[in-house]
Amino acid sequence: MSIIEANELTRTFRSGRQSVAAVRGVNLRVEAGEIVGFLGPNGAGKTTTLRMLTTLLRPTSGTARIAGADLATAPREVRRRIGYVAQYGGTDPNALVDEELFLQARLYRIPAAPARRRVAELLEQLDLGGLDKRPVGSLSGGQRRRLDIALGLVHDPQVVFLDEPTAGLDPHSRNNLWEHTRRLREDHGTTVFLTTHYLDEADALCDRILVIDHGRIVAEDTPANLKRQLAADVLTVEVVGDPAAGQRLLAGLPGVRQATVTSTGGIQVTLADAEQGITDVITALSGAGIGVRALQLARASLDDVFLSLTGRELRDDPQDRQSPIPTTEGADHVPAR
Amino acid sequence: MSLLVDILLVFQRHLRISMRNPLWIIIGLSQPVAFLVLYGPLMTSTLSITGVAPERAWQTYVPGVLVQLCLFGSAFVGFGVIAEWRGGVIERLRVTPVSRVALLLGRVLRDVALLVVQAVLLVVVALPLGLRASVPGVLVALGVVTLLSLGLACLSCALALTVKSEDTLGPTLNTGLMPLLLLSGVLLPMSFAPRWLDLVSRLTPFRYIVDGMRSAFQGEVFSATVLSTVLVALSISVLSVLLGVRTYLRQSA
Repeated sequence: MSIIEANELTRTFRSGRQSVAAVRGVNLRVEAGEIVGFLGPNGAGKTTTLRMLTTLLRPTSGTARIAGADLATAPREVRRRIGYVAQYGGTDPNALVDEELFLQARLYRIPAAPARRRVAELLEQLDLGGLDKRPVGSLSGGQRRRLDIALGLVHDPQVVFLDEPTAGLDPHSRNNLWEHTRRLREDHGTTVFLTTHYLDEADALCDRILVIDHGRIVAEDTPANLKRQLAADVLTVEVVGDPAAGQRLLAGLPGVRQATVTSTGGIQVTLADAEQGITDVITALSGAGIGVRALQLARASLDDVFLSLTGRELRDDPQDRQSPIPTTEGADHVPAR
Repeated sequence: MSLLVDILLVFQRHLRISMRNPLWIIIGLSQPVAFLVLYGPLMTSTLSITGVAPERAWQTYVPGVLVQLCLFGSAFVGFGVIAEWRGGVIERLRVTPVSRVALLLGRVLRDVALLVVQAVLLVVVALPLGLRASVPGVLVALGVVTLLSLGLACLSCALALTVKSEDTLGPTLNTGLMPLLLLSGVLLPMSFAPRWLDLVSRLTPFRYIVDGMRSAFQGEVFSATVLSTVLVALSISVLSVLLGVRTYLRQSA
């Protein structure tokens, strides 16, 4: 049985007399131990779906089972089994790090003594050692994000939902957080369901990607498969002599989708798979006695996939929630959005 | 049982965060003293011009200040709730199995506790200034203050989570509270008011609260006035807590 299973989830918001369908029938499956990225342009229904799966919003229709508990009939049980790390964390800048963790553990009904042990364990696990008596507001962006994640893990949940886990973090902190996410799966078998605005993040971290657009899932596959199906590698070859002959030759090769002569006299070759195709191109050219002066390869990216799926860039407008904006306190450490 | 534990956990959290803020404590403690020292003498001498004995004047003034403290102290609790909602704190807590009711009550109890401490302080500081009051009466009055601040704080939280904007909450509270405050007779007893104003004031709940607390301070603990005060405070409290709970239970809040 899948650890997350949603069937025809919908959510309609009423604004005045109009009703707006934010989610129009989402079906998804996530297996235990997967790291799944949930992507979509702004307003596609991403946040709404996430809020439904985490019991924060009641679906208008449809069903879902999360970690074996039914979302509609046993939301409390779902809460017990999942961890949720919201985009803006939700810590009080004036609370102390260990206070927040201890409270969270107690709210999950962990008795005081084991809760204290668990707090110590998490501080260690997420490299927060020595920060236990610091006010949350004095932490750096990366530290605070790790605290947010620790809060989502106090009860050792089977599934953890991360909403934009690295938004606004510097590259070093992002890499560090990716490491922690991977280790979570390796050491604890935790399933991770995350949303992100960074396609490189989805590519580097996720086993599988779900793309939502206009309230429906429009694609789901591994990053490699998505790129193979929906985007192409583009090889630009500069040859010695007449490019037209080379272009005619390459256009006929298997694995070449298209070959055109560019305005600068190069040959642009669109390949289904560069790993195979690049050798074929060079072999064919040298077999025909055409000298190669330079080669340039642009690998397919998830950006291309995204563009071809939704017709939009992922990051056109970073404001996609109506709700929380970061608190002003400790503003230096809050993701600049 | 687990509800009580939850309430206690949430209460402790808020109290701990507040206690770490010295400004909160200083403002909390200086407010009642300021009311007494800066306005009390003016009020009591005004009352004595109209023939009220100085002793009686303090018995009239202190219960009024208690109600005023209560109204404003608890009405503005909602601002903190909006800040928490915006910081994602409420959302984070809502994803845990904690009782929604505890999220409201635990939070509100911190403010009730502050108000009770302020009220006690106010009475104690008023004693050397000339207040003489019946001990059981003062205890009843403190009970009324507790009920009232619990209710009003819940109401404020419910309103805050409904409008979700300080810019709306502030004017709404001011517009609602100002007439209630003026009509309650907090500043000057309504017995001085023209007949029509007195009648209008009898249509507002706080009139009964203030009248009853004044009677209680004068020692008439078992009078009908005091009983109706307790009943009004209790109804305000129960209704407001229910409304607050309903708001907190709503999924989208």
